[in-house]
Amino acid sequence: MVNLETTYKEVVLSTMNRVFLTSIFLLIFSLLNTAIWASDSDDAKDGKKEEYDPVGTVVEHIADANEFHIWKGVHMPLPCILYAPGSGWTFFMTNKLDHGHTAVDRYVLNHGRVNRIADDSFPMGEVHIEGVEHVEEHHTDENGEEVIEEVAYAVYHDQKYKLEHASKWDGGVLGGGVTSFYDFSITKVVFTMLLAAVLLCWVFFLVARGYKRNDGKAPKGIQSFIEPIFIFMRDEVTIPMIGEKHYERFQPFIMTLFFFILFCNLLGLIPFFPGSANVTGNIAITLVLAVFTFIVTNINGNKHYWEHIFWMPGIPAWVKLILTPVEVLSLIIKPFSLMIRLFANISAGHIIILSFVGLIFLFGNMGENFGGATIGVLLGGVFTAFMNLIELLVAFIQAFVFAILSASYIGAAVEDAHHGDEAHAH
Amino acid sequence: MGAIGAGIAALGAGVGIGLIGGHAMDAIARQPEAIGDIRSNMILTAALVEGAALFGIVVGLLASLG
Repeated sequence: MVNLETTYKEVVLSTMNRVFLTSIFLLIFSLLNTAIWASDSDDAKDGKKEEYDPVGTVVEHIADANEFHIWKGVHMPLPCILYAPGSGWTFFMTNKLDHGHTAVDRYVLNHGRVNRIADDSFPMGEVHIEGVEHVEEHHTDENGEEVIEEVAYAVYHDQKYKLEHASKWDGGVLGGGVTSFYDFSITKVVFTMLLAAVLLCWVFFLVARGYKRNDGKAPKGIQSFIEPIFIFMRDEVTIPMIGEKHYERFQPFIMTLFFFILFCNLLGLIPFFPGSANVTGNIAITLVLAVFTFIVTNINGNKHYWEHIFWMPGIPAWVKLILTPVEVLSLIIKPFSLMIRLFANISAGHIIILSFVGLIFLFGNMGENFGGATIGVLLGGVFTAFMNLIELLVAFIQAFVFAILSASYIGAAVEDAHHGDEAHAH
Repeated sequence: MGAIGAGIAALGAGVGIGLIGGHAMDAIARQPEAIGDIRSNMILTAALVEGAALFGIVVGLLASLG
Protein backbone atom coordinates (compact mmCIF):
# COMPACT_ATOMS: atom_id res chain seq x y z
CA MET A 1 0.00 0.00 0.00
CA VAL A 2 2.77 2.39 1.03
CA ASN A 3 4.72 1.30 -2.01
CA LEU A 4 1.78 2.14 -4.26
CA GLU A 5 1.42 5.57 -2.68
CA THR A 6 5.07 6.47 -3.26
CA THR A 7 4.85 5.36 -6.89
CA TYR A 8 1.76 7.51 -7.28
CA LYS A 9 3.57 10.48 -5.73
CA GLU A 10 6.55 9.93 -8.01
CA VAL A 11 4.31 9.86 -11.06
CA VAL A 12 2.56 13.07 -10.02
CA LEU A 13 5.88 14.77 -9.31
CA SER A 14 7.46 13.73 -12.58
CA THR A 15 4.33 14.82 -14.47
CA MET A 16 4.43 18.21 -12.74
CA ASN A 17 8.11 18.45 -13.55
CA ARG A 18 7.41 17.78 -17.20
CA VAL A 19 4.56 20.30 -17.33
CA PHE A 20 6.79 22.91 -15.71
CA LEU A 21 9.69 22.25 -18.11
CA THR A 22 7.34 22.33 -21.08
CA SER A 23 5.91 25.69 -20.04
CA ILE A 24 9.40 27.14 -19.54
CA PHE A 25 10.40 25.88 -22.98
CA LEU A 26 7.28 27.36 -24.56
CA LEU A 27 7.83 30.70 -22.90
CA ILE A 28 11.46 30.84 -24.09
CA PHE A 29 10.40 29.78 -27.57
CA SER A 30 7.72 32.45 -27.75
CA LEU A 31 10.06 35.15 -26.42
CA LEU A 32 12.47 34.08 -29.16
CA ASN A 33 9.54 34.33 -31.58
CA THR A 34 8.79 37.79 -30.31
CA ALA A 35 12.40 38.86 -30.71
CA ILE A 36 12.51 37.57 -34.26
CA TRP A 37 9.24 39.18 -35.30
CA ALA A 38 10.44 42.31 -33.59
CA SER A 39 13.74 42.53 -35.46
CA ASP A 40 11.74 41.80 -38.59
CA SER A 41 9.46 44.79 -38.30
CA ASP A 42 12.32 46.93 -37.05
CA ASP A 43 14.09 46.30 -40.33
CA ALA A 44 11.08 47.22 -42.42
CA LYS A 45 11.44 50.81 -41.26
CA ASP A 46 14.87 51.32 -42.88
CA GLY A 47 16.19 52.97 -39.72
CA LYS A 48 13.88 55.94 -40.16
CA LYS A 49 12.12 57.18 -37.04
CA GLU A 50 8.47 57.22 -37.85
CA GLU A 51 5.14 56.48 -36.25
CA TYR A 52 4.57 52.77 -35.75
CA ASP A 53 1.89 51.60 -38.15
CA PRO A 54 0.37 48.44 -36.61
CA VAL A 55 -2.06 47.65 -39.44
CA GLY A 56 0.55 48.16 -42.17
CA THR A 57 3.12 45.97 -40.40
CA VAL A 58 0.61 43.17 -39.81
CA VAL A 59 -0.63 43.23 -43.41
CA GLU A 60 2.94 43.25 -44.72
CA HIS A 61 3.72 40.13 -42.67
CA ILE A 62 0.70 38.10 -43.69
CA ALA A 63 0.93 39.10 -47.36
CA ASP A 64 2.92 37.33 -50.02
CA ALA A 65 6.31 38.69 -51.18
CA ASN A 66 8.67 38.24 -54.12
CA GLU A 67 11.72 37.75 -51.89
CA PHE A 68 12.25 35.82 -48.69
CA HIS A 69 13.27 38.00 -45.77
CA ILE A 70 15.58 35.97 -43.51
CA TRP A 71 17.30 38.26 -41.03
CA LYS A 72 17.95 42.03 -40.87
CA GLY A 73 19.32 42.85 -44.32
CA VAL A 74 19.59 39.23 -45.50
CA HIS A 75 17.10 38.24 -48.17
CA MET A 76 16.80 35.07 -50.15
CA PRO A 77 16.27 35.96 -53.82
CA LEU A 78 13.46 34.12 -55.55
CA PRO A 79 12.90 33.66 -59.29
CA CYS A 80 10.54 36.05 -61.03
CA ILE A 81 8.57 34.84 -64.03
CA LEU A 82 6.62 37.78 -65.41
CA TYR A 83 4.58 38.30 -68.53
CA ALA A 84 3.23 41.59 -69.77
CA PRO A 85 1.11 41.75 -72.95
CA GLY A 86 3.15 43.77 -75.44
CA SER A 87 6.58 43.38 -73.85
CA GLY A 88 6.61 39.58 -73.47
CA TRP A 89 8.22 37.34 -70.87
CA THR A 90 10.83 38.45 -68.34
CA PHE A 91 12.86 36.12 -66.15
CA PHE A 92 15.26 37.17 -63.38
CA MET A 93 16.11 36.65 -59.72
CA THR A 94 14.80 39.31 -57.32
CA ASN A 95 18.30 40.27 -56.12
CA LYS A 96 18.75 41.85 -59.58
CA LEU A 97 16.15 44.45 -58.57
CA ASP A 98 18.42 45.58 -55.71
CA HIS A 99 15.54 46.42 -53.31
CA GLY A 100 14.01 49.07 -55.49
CA HIS A 101 17.24 50.57 -56.88
CA THR A 102 17.21 48.81 -60.25
CA ALA A 103 14.41 48.46 -62.75
CA VAL A 104 14.36 45.46 -65.10
CA ASP A 105 12.02 45.77 -68.10
CA ARG A 106 10.02 48.40 -66.12
CA TYR A 107 9.64 46.06 -63.12
CA VAL A 108 10.74 47.39 -59.71
CA LEU A 109 10.58 46.02 -56.18
CA ASN A 110 8.25 47.95 -53.89
CA HIS A 111 7.68 46.70 -50.30
CA GLY A 112 8.90 43.23 -51.31
CA ARG A 113 6.49 42.98 -54.22
CA VAL A 114 7.25 43.33 -57.92
CA ASN A 115 5.41 46.34 -59.36
CA ARG A 116 5.43 47.64 -62.90
CA ILE A 117 5.96 51.15 -64.18
CA ALA A 118 2.95 51.78 -66.38
CA ASP A 119 4.63 54.65 -68.25
CA ASP A 120 5.70 53.67 -71.80
CA SER A 121 8.45 56.34 -71.91
CA PHE A 122 10.47 54.52 -69.24
CA PRO A 123 13.35 52.58 -70.85
CA MET A 124 13.24 48.78 -71.05
CA GLY A 125 16.10 46.56 -69.90
CA GLU A 126 18.20 46.95 -66.77
CA VAL A 127 18.16 50.56 -65.52
CA HIS A 128 19.52 52.03 -62.31
CA ILE A 129 16.94 54.17 -60.50
CA GLU A 130 17.36 56.45 -57.50
CA GLY A 131 14.67 54.66 -55.54
CA VAL A 132 10.99 54.24 -54.91
CA GLU A 133 9.17 57.18 -53.34
CA HIS A 134 5.84 56.96 -51.55
CA VAL A 135 3.53 59.97 -51.74
CA GLU A 136 0.11 60.44 -50.19
CA GLU A 137 -2.19 61.97 -52.76
CA HIS A 138 -5.47 63.63 -51.93
CA HIS A 139 -8.24 63.65 -54.44
CA THR A 140 -12.02 63.50 -54.52
CA ASP A 141 -13.92 60.46 -55.68
CA GLU A 142 -17.20 60.37 -57.63
CA ASN A 143 -19.26 60.91 -54.44
CA GLY A 144 -17.40 64.15 -53.69
CA GLU A 145 -15.62 62.63 -50.69
CA GLU A 146 -11.93 63.20 -50.24
CA VAL A 147 -9.82 60.05 -50.35
CA ILE A 148 -6.14 59.66 -49.48
CA GLU A 149 -4.28 57.28 -51.74
CA GLU A 150 -0.71 56.14 -51.26
CA VAL A 151 0.99 56.24 -54.63
CA ALA A 152 4.50 54.94 -55.30
CA TYR A 153 6.83 56.61 -57.81
CA ALA A 154 10.08 55.33 -59.26
CA VAL A 155 12.62 58.19 -59.35
CA TYR A 156 14.83 58.07 -62.47
CA HIS A 157 17.01 60.99 -63.64
CA ASP A 158 15.08 63.32 -61.29
CA GLN A 159 11.86 62.38 -62.99
CA LYS A 160 9.00 60.55 -61.32
CA TYR A 161 7.35 57.58 -62.99
CA LYS A 162 4.15 56.34 -61.41
CA LEU A 163 4.14 52.69 -60.31
CA GLU A 164 1.05 50.89 -61.33
CA HIS A 165 -0.95 50.37 -58.18
CA ALA A 166 -2.46 46.95 -57.70
CA SER A 167 -6.21 47.21 -57.34
CA LYS A 168 -7.57 46.87 -53.84
CA TRP A 169 -10.50 44.54 -54.59
CA ASP A 170 -8.84 41.98 -52.32
CA GLY A 171 -8.50 44.52 -49.52
CA GLY A 172 -4.73 44.36 -49.88
CA VAL A 173 -4.71 41.00 -48.11
CA LEU A 174 -3.11 39.20 -51.02
CA GLY A 175 -0.77 42.06 -51.86
CA GLY A 176 -1.71 41.55 -55.49
CA GLY A 177 -4.93 42.52 -57.15
CA VAL A 178 -5.44 43.16 -60.84
CA THR A 179 -2.37 44.46 -62.71
CA SER A 180 -1.30 44.92 -66.32
CA PHE A 181 1.14 42.01 -66.05
CA TYR A 182 0.88 38.35 -65.10
CA ASP A 183 3.02 37.26 -62.16
CA PHE A 184 3.96 33.57 -62.33
CA SER A 185 6.87 34.08 -59.93
CA ILE A 186 7.99 31.60 -57.30
CA THR A 187 7.00 33.89 -54.44
CA LYS A 188 7.54 33.32 -50.71
CA VAL A 189 4.25 31.44 -50.41
CA VAL A 190 4.91 29.30 -53.49
CA PHE A 191 8.40 28.50 -52.18
CA THR A 192 7.03 27.32 -48.83
CA MET A 193 4.27 25.37 -50.55
CA LEU A 194 6.87 23.54 -52.67
CA LEU A 195 8.90 22.94 -49.51
CA ALA A 196 5.82 21.39 -47.87
CA ALA A 197 5.35 19.19 -50.95
CA VAL A 198 8.99 18.04 -50.80
CA LEU A 199 8.66 17.30 -47.06
CA LEU A 200 5.46 15.34 -47.71
CA CYS A 201 7.15 13.27 -50.43
CA TRP A 202 10.14 12.60 -48.18
CA VAL A 203 8.01 11.52 -45.18
CA PHE A 204 5.65 9.35 -47.20
CA PHE A 205 8.35 7.65 -49.28
CA LEU A 206 10.03 6.77 -45.96
CA VAL A 207 6.75 5.39 -44.63
CA ALA A 208 6.05 3.47 -47.84
CA ARG A 209 9.54 1.95 -47.73
CA GLY A 210 8.89 1.04 -44.09
CA TYR A 211 5.86 -1.02 -45.14
CA LYS A 212 7.96 -2.92 -47.66
CA ARG A 213 10.82 -3.51 -45.24
CA ASN A 214 8.74 -4.34 -42.14
CA ASP A 215 6.17 -6.40 -44.02
CA GLY A 216 4.35 -8.53 -41.46
CA LYS A 217 6.24 -6.89 -38.58
CA ALA A 218 5.41 -4.02 -36.24
CA PRO A 219 5.83 -0.50 -37.74
CA LYS A 220 9.09 1.31 -37.00
CA GLY A 221 10.25 4.92 -36.76
CA ILE A 222 8.17 7.58 -38.49
CA GLN A 223 5.91 4.84 -39.81
CA SER A 224 4.48 4.31 -36.32
CA PHE A 225 3.69 8.03 -36.12
CA ILE A 226 1.86 8.22 -39.44
CA GLU A 227 -0.03 4.92 -39.20
CA PRO A 228 -2.36 5.90 -36.31
CA ILE A 229 -3.24 9.14 -38.14
CA PHE A 230 -4.09 7.16 -41.26
CA ILE A 231 -6.15 4.61 -39.32
CA PHE A 232 -7.93 7.42 -37.45
CA MET A 233 -8.75 9.29 -40.66
CA ARG A 234 -9.99 6.06 -42.27
CA ASP A 235 -12.15 4.92 -39.35
CA GLU A 236 -13.45 8.31 -38.20
CA VAL A 237 -13.63 10.29 -41.43
CA THR A 238 -13.73 8.43 -44.71
CA ILE A 239 -15.67 5.26 -43.74
CA PRO A 240 -18.49 7.03 -41.83
CA MET A 241 -18.71 9.91 -44.32
CA ILE A 242 -18.25 8.16 -47.69
CA GLY A 243 -19.31 4.61 -46.79
CA GLU A 244 -17.66 1.19 -46.81
CA LYS A 245 -18.26 0.69 -50.53
CA HIS A 246 -16.63 3.81 -51.98
CA TYR A 247 -14.18 5.09 -49.36
CA GLU A 248 -11.07 3.41 -50.80
CA ARG A 249 -11.29 5.45 -54.00
CA PHE A 250 -11.24 8.76 -52.11
CA GLN A 251 -8.91 7.92 -49.22
CA PRO A 252 -5.77 9.17 -51.10
CA PHE A 253 -7.44 12.49 -52.00
CA ILE A 254 -8.70 13.13 -48.46
CA MET A 255 -5.33 12.19 -46.92
CA THR A 256 -3.47 14.43 -49.39
CA LEU A 257 -5.70 17.36 -48.47
CA PHE A 258 -5.24 16.66 -44.77
CA PHE A 259 -1.46 16.31 -44.79
CA PHE A 260 -0.82 19.14 -47.25
CA ILE A 261 -2.90 21.59 -45.20
CA LEU A 262 -1.37 20.31 -41.95
CA PHE A 263 2.22 20.70 -43.20
CA CYS A 264 1.53 24.17 -44.60
CA ASN A 265 -0.15 25.22 -41.34
CA LEU A 266 2.76 23.96 -39.25
CA LEU A 267 5.36 25.59 -41.54
CA GLY A 268 3.41 28.84 -41.18
CA LEU A 269 3.81 28.67 -37.40
CA ILE A 270 7.62 28.58 -37.56
CA PRO A 271 8.58 32.24 -37.20
CA PHE A 272 11.92 32.07 -39.06
CA PHE A 273 13.30 31.30 -42.49
CA PRO A 274 12.00 28.05 -43.98
CA GLY A 275 8.59 28.67 -42.45
CA SER A 276 6.87 31.97 -41.73
CA ALA A 277 5.08 32.22 -45.10
CA ASN A 278 1.34 32.44 -44.72
CA VAL A 279 0.50 29.59 -47.13
CA THR A 280 -2.95 28.41 -46.00
CA GLY A 281 -3.77 32.01 -45.03
CA ASN A 282 -3.54 32.95 -48.70
CA ILE A 283 -6.96 32.93 -50.31
CA ALA A 284 -5.58 31.88 -53.71
CA ILE A 285 -4.26 28.62 -52.24
CA THR A 286 -7.40 27.79 -50.28
CA LEU A 287 -9.39 28.61 -53.43
CA VAL A 288 -7.45 26.00 -55.42
CA LEU A 289 -7.89 23.40 -52.65
CA ALA A 290 -11.63 24.10 -52.53
CA VAL A 291 -11.88 23.87 -56.34
CA PHE A 292 -10.24 20.41 -56.17
CA THR A 293 -12.95 19.28 -53.75
CA PHE A 294 -15.62 20.85 -55.97
CA ILE A 295 -14.35 19.01 -59.06
CA VAL A 296 -13.89 15.65 -57.30
CA THR A 297 -17.37 15.91 -55.75
CA ASN A 298 -19.22 16.79 -58.94
CA ILE A 299 -17.34 14.45 -61.27
CA ASN A 300 -18.26 11.56 -58.99
CA GLY A 301 -21.85 12.70 -58.41
CA ASN A 302 -24.27 9.92 -59.34
CA LYS A 303 -27.78 10.17 -60.78
CA HIS A 304 -29.27 10.16 -57.30
CA TYR A 305 -27.13 13.18 -56.28
CA TRP A 306 -28.08 15.29 -59.31
CA GLU A 307 -31.72 14.31 -58.93
CA HIS A 308 -31.69 15.63 -55.36
CA ILE A 309 -30.24 18.92 -56.59
CA PHE A 310 -32.44 19.62 -59.61
CA TRP A 311 -35.69 17.81 -58.79
CA MET A 312 -35.84 16.74 -55.15
CA PRO A 313 -38.11 13.67 -54.99
CA GLY A 314 -40.98 13.35 -52.53
CA ILE A 315 -41.96 17.00 -52.12
CA PRO A 316 -44.71 19.15 -53.74
CA ALA A 317 -43.84 20.79 -57.07
CA TRP A 318 -44.10 24.39 -55.82
CA VAL A 319 -41.54 23.66 -53.08
CA LYS A 320 -39.23 22.26 -55.75
CA LEU A 321 -39.29 25.64 -57.48
CA ILE A 322 -37.86 27.21 -54.32
CA LEU A 323 -35.59 24.34 -53.39
CA THR A 324 -33.86 23.86 -56.75
CA PRO A 325 -32.21 27.34 -56.85
CA VAL A 326 -31.13 26.90 -53.24
CA GLU A 327 -29.60 23.49 -53.98
CA VAL A 328 -27.84 24.80 -57.10
CA LEU A 329 -26.42 27.71 -55.11
CA SER A 330 -25.25 25.31 -52.39
CA LEU A 331 -23.07 23.60 -55.02
CA ILE A 332 -20.98 26.80 -55.08
CA ILE A 333 -21.44 27.83 -51.45
CA LYS A 334 -19.98 24.58 -50.09
CA PRO A 335 -16.50 24.97 -51.64
CA PHE A 336 -16.70 28.73 -51.07
CA SER A 337 -17.14 28.22 -47.33
CA LEU A 338 -14.26 25.69 -47.34
CA MET A 339 -12.08 28.36 -48.92
CA ILE A 340 -13.10 31.15 -46.52
CA ARG A 341 -12.92 28.97 -43.40
CA LEU A 342 -9.31 27.89 -43.86
CA PHE A 343 -8.14 31.30 -45.10
CA ALA A 344 -9.83 33.26 -42.29
CA ASN A 345 -8.81 30.88 -39.49
CA ILE A 346 -5.13 30.90 -40.37
CA SER A 347 -4.97 34.61 -41.24
CA ALA A 348 -6.86 35.57 -38.07
CA GLY A 349 -4.41 33.56 -35.94
CA HIS A 350 -1.42 35.25 -37.59
CA ILE A 351 -3.01 38.69 -37.21
CA ILE A 352 -3.59 38.12 -33.48
CA ILE A 353 0.00 36.94 -32.87
CA LEU A 354 1.40 39.88 -34.86
CA SER A 355 -0.83 42.30 -32.93
CA PHE A 356 0.51 40.99 -29.61
CA VAL A 357 4.05 41.43 -30.88
CA GLY A 358 3.05 44.90 -32.06
CA LEU A 359 2.28 45.77 -28.42
CA ILE A 360 6.05 46.03 -27.87
CA PHE A 361 6.33 48.82 -30.42
CA LEU A 362 3.15 50.55 -29.29
CA PHE A 363 4.19 50.52 -25.62
CA GLY A 364 7.86 51.12 -26.38
CA ASN A 365 7.11 54.03 -28.73
CA MET A 366 9.33 52.48 -31.47
CA GLY A 367 12.31 51.83 -29.20
CA GLU A 368 12.32 55.22 -27.44
CA ASN A 369 10.65 54.01 -24.26
CA PHE A 370 12.65 51.09 -22.86
CA GLY A 371 10.35 50.43 -19.86
CA GLY A 372 7.28 50.32 -22.06
CA ALA A 373 9.02 47.93 -24.44
CA THR A 374 9.92 45.62 -21.52
CA ILE A 375 6.28 45.52 -20.40
CA GLY A 376 5.35 44.87 -24.03
CA VAL A 377 7.84 42.00 -24.32
CA LEU A 378 6.58 40.34 -21.12
CA LEU A 379 2.90 40.84 -21.94
CA GLY A 380 3.32 40.08 -25.65
CA GLY A 381 5.53 37.06 -24.90
CA VAL A 382 2.97 35.44 -22.58
CA PHE A 383 0.07 36.15 -24.92
CA THR A 384 2.09 34.94 -27.91
CA ALA A 385 2.91 31.69 -26.08
CA PHE A 386 -0.79 31.19 -25.41
CA MET A 387 -1.78 32.04 -29.00
CA ASN A 388 0.92 29.75 -30.39
CA LEU A 389 -0.57 26.84 -28.44
CA ILE A 390 -4.05 27.66 -29.76
CA GLU A 391 -2.61 28.01 -33.28
CA LEU A 392 -1.01 24.58 -32.97
CA LEU A 393 -4.44 23.18 -32.11
CA VAL A 394 -6.05 25.14 -34.94
CA ALA A 395 -3.44 23.85 -37.42
CA PHE A 396 -4.62 20.28 -36.74
CA ILE A 397 -8.32 21.10 -36.39
CA GLN A 398 -8.50 23.07 -39.65
CA ALA A 399 -6.70 20.35 -41.60
CA PHE A 400 -9.10 17.83 -40.07
CA VAL A 401 -12.17 19.98 -40.74
CA PHE A 402 -11.21 20.56 -44.38
CA ALA A 403 -10.73 16.80 -44.82
CA ILE A 404 -13.94 15.78 -43.01
CA LEU A 405 -16.09 18.35 -44.84
CA SER A 406 -14.62 17.35 -48.21
CA ALA A 407 -15.35 13.72 -47.30
CA SER A 408 -18.93 14.54 -46.37
CA TYR A 409 -19.51 16.42 -49.65
CA ILE A 410 -18.05 13.53 -51.62
CA GLY A 411 -20.07 11.11 -49.49
CA ALA A 412 -23.30 12.93 -50.41
CA ALA A 413 -22.35 12.71 -54.09
CA VAL A 414 -21.62 8.96 -54.20
CA GLU A 415 -24.30 7.78 -51.77
CA ASP A 416 -26.33 4.87 -53.12
CA ALA A 417 -29.96 5.50 -54.04
CA HIS A 418 -31.58 3.07 -51.59
CA HIS A 419 -30.33 5.04 -48.56
CA GLY A 420 -32.23 8.08 -49.76
CA ASP A 421 -35.42 6.11 -50.45
CA GLU A 422 -35.43 4.75 -46.92
CA ALA A 423 -35.12 8.26 -45.57
CA HIS A 424 -38.06 9.50 -47.66
CA ALA A 425 -40.26 6.48 -47.01
CA HIS A 426 -41.71 7.64 -43.71
CA MET B 1 -16.93 49.89 -38.19
CA GLY B 2 -15.08 46.82 -39.42
CA ALA B 3 -13.88 46.13 -35.88
CA ILE B 4 -17.44 46.35 -34.51
CA GLY B 5 -18.64 43.98 -37.22
CA ALA B 6 -15.89 41.47 -36.44
CA GLY B 7 -16.79 41.68 -32.75
CA ILE B 8 -20.46 40.97 -33.41
CA ALA B 9 -19.53 38.06 -35.70
CA ALA B 10 -17.33 36.57 -32.97
CA LEU B 11 -20.21 37.02 -30.48
CA GLY B 12 -22.58 35.01 -32.69
CA ALA B 13 -20.04 32.23 -33.19
CA GLY B 14 -19.34 32.17 -29.44
CA VAL B 15 -23.03 31.59 -28.64
CA GLY B 16 -23.32 28.95 -31.37
CA ILE B 17 -20.20 27.00 -30.44
CA GLY B 18 -21.10 27.29 -26.75
CA LEU B 19 -24.49 25.68 -27.42
CA ILE B 20 -22.86 22.91 -29.47
CA GLY B 21 -20.23 22.25 -26.79
CA GLY B 22 -22.79 22.30 -23.98
CA HIS B 23 -25.15 19.89 -25.70
CA ALA B 24 -22.25 17.64 -26.67
CA MET B 25 -21.23 17.48 -22.99
CA ASP B 26 -24.84 16.61 -22.07
CA ALA B 27 -24.85 13.89 -24.71
CA ILE B 28 -21.53 12.46 -23.51
CA ALA B 29 -22.77 12.45 -19.91
CA ARG B 30 -25.85 10.54 -21.02
CA GLN B 31 -24.02 8.10 -23.28
CA PRO B 32 -20.30 7.97 -22.47
CA GLU B 33 -19.81 5.02 -24.85
CA ALA B 34 -20.70 7.23 -27.86
CA ILE B 35 -17.94 9.76 -27.10
CA GLY B 36 -16.09 9.18 -30.39
CA ASP B 37 -19.12 9.80 -32.62
CA ILE B 38 -20.23 12.79 -30.56
CA ARG B 39 -16.78 14.37 -30.63
CA SER B 40 -16.30 14.22 -34.40
CA ASN B 41 -19.86 15.48 -35.02
CA MET B 42 -19.27 18.27 -32.50
CA ILE B 43 -16.12 19.44 -34.31
CA LEU B 44 -17.90 19.23 -37.68
CA THR B 45 -20.87 21.31 -36.50
CA ALA B 46 -18.63 23.80 -34.71
CA ALA B 47 -16.68 24.22 -37.95
CA LEU B 48 -19.90 24.96 -39.84
CA VAL B 49 -21.00 27.57 -37.29
CA GLU B 50 -17.52 29.08 -37.29
CA GLY B 51 -17.64 29.28 -41.10
CA ALA B 52 -20.65 31.59 -40.91
CA ALA B 53 -18.90 33.79 -38.34
CA LEU B 54 -15.73 33.92 -40.44
CA PHE B 55 -17.69 35.30 -43.39
CA GLY B 56 -18.53 38.21 -41.09
CA ILE B 57 -14.94 38.56 -39.95
CA VAL B 58 -13.55 38.54 -43.50
CA VAL B 59 -16.04 41.20 -44.58
CA GLY B 60 -15.05 43.23 -41.50
CA LEU B 61 -11.39 42.81 -42.42
CA LEU B 62 -11.97 43.93 -45.99
CA ALA B 63 -14.01 46.90 -44.79
CA SER B 64 -11.28 48.11 -42.45
CA LEU B 65 -8.27 47.38 -44.70
CA GLY B 66 -9.66 48.23 -48.15
